[in-house]
Amino acid sequence: MADAAHDDHHDHGEFIAHHFDSAEQQFDSGKLGIWLFLVTEVLFFSGLFVAYTLYRNHHPEIFDQAHVFLDKYLGGLNTIVLLFSSLTMALAVRAAQLGRNKNCGIYILITMVCAAMFLGVKAIEYSHKWDIGIFPGSLFALNYQHPEPTMIAGISDYLIWISMIPAILLVLFSVASIVGLLTKKTVFSKLMLGMAITVGGYFLGVFAGYSYMEAIMDHGDESHAAVTVEHDDQNIHMVSMTIDDEKSGAGHDGDHKEGDHAHAEGDHGHGGHHEQAYDKHHPDPKSLSKDVKIFFSIYYCMTGLHAIHIIAGIIALAWVYWRCLLGHWRTDYFGPVDYVGLYWHLVDLIWIYLFPLLYLID
Amino acid sequence: MADQHNDLPRFNHPASIKLLLAVFGSLIGLTVLTVATSAVWPESNLPADLAFPVAMIIASVKAFLVCAFFMHMWWDKKFNIIVFLSSTLFAALFIGLTLLDTGHYQNSIDNFPRNEVAQPPE
Repeated sequence: MADAAHDDHHDHGEFIAHHFDSAEQQFDSGKLGIWLFLVTEVLFFSGLFVAYTLYRNHHPEIFDQAHVFLDKYLGGLNTIVLLFSSLTMALAVRAAQLGRNKNCGIYILITMVCAAMFLGVKAIEYSHKWDIGIFPGSLFALNYQHPEPTMIAGISDYLIWISMIPAILLVLFSVASIVGLLTKKTVFSKLMLGMAITVGGYFLGVFAGYSYMEAIMDHGDESHAAVTVEHDDQNIHMVSMTIDDEKSGAGHDGDHKEGDHAHAEGDHGHGGHHEQAYDKHHPDPKSLSKDVKIFFSIYYCMTGLHAIHIIAGIIALAWVYWRCLLGHWRTDYFGPVDYVGLYWHLVDLIWIYLFPLLYLID
Repeated sequence: MADQHNDLPRFNHPASIKLLLAVFGSLIGLTVLTVATSAVWPESNLPADLAFPVAMIIASVKAFLVCAFFMHMWWDKKFNIIVFLSSTLFAALFIGLTLLDTGHYQNSIDNFPRNEVAQPPE
């Protein structure tokens, strides 16, 4: 099978189904099929875009009040990660078109790692929202109070729970890869290794997002989302914002001792060292419309559905990666790479619109 | 535009690496531009109403670049392009007609007594 790439390019190859006259007819049929599928995807998402447009059109104030909880730089990071994965996907298609299976595999692997990294950053974003009670719909209960002690100091419990799944997958894939190596199943071993690296991308994303959050809090950057740091003896913790309601109610300004709850609020005008309970990115819950939760219902539906597509994309890419390892692609048979690529670019395309619509409202 | 590979079947058009990198560079540039625009716009004297259309235009330029070159539409069959673009037409109809319809009843909604909604929760 691995020899397929070296076969004569003009015969009725092993991957040309018998009901097609030629490789070209098979390719064109598949291409029309994937375009039709993408049409259904666009229409699928368009329902959510309708919800977005209607609510924004009729209740712009909800969007004005709610968007401050989204961090446009984390969203921007994810945009760039996704655009980069689109580049490597396009390069993978090119490699497959030239019958270069090894290069194609490398590009596909990078694409999968970027996809997982996107999910990692998303996990940071979601878990920080959940920490302060930003849930969809009727579950919405914004509250900056210090949460119960977390399982691991400084790390959101929600983040730990979501990361359980990739952590388990990482172990399973690593073990499977080693078992494959020991039993001399080379392709299987490489596939599992690739999947383990992919899952590693998730933790890379978590790390990048976490570091970013920490950095903006240290510098009191204006862009920081609704989180802050708590300085401990040795650790810098990321916890949900710590506000003493009585003090904030009294307009209290900056009497915390060193080592006490130190806010990293983002108003440079105050010289970076000050205490202000509510600011642009931490609005008083009482000042918000009751309907702000509608924005977050839309936000979670749109980004959640998009994230599901990313996961589906990783599964499809893993299949392409496996076939790269088997050396299936040749100059007259690269359709599946192209089709999965088109799907992947569509996922990117949807994010290109989601990003300004959700993160860049101002 | 594509590399010269004369031995390839005629349905095989690999895009040149230079082109793909140029598209990627433009996409990153446009992403930075749109973030920068949204950061600067509220503080500037530019008309606030234009911020949203500008962001959408930038997004559409990015979408064009992705479709045309990453998705190979530039070299694709016209029929496939029509099929795909028809989806945006129907999505636009979906959004547009729904907006028209709900807009029609907005007065009734606005006049409905629901003062408590506008009040901050106690």
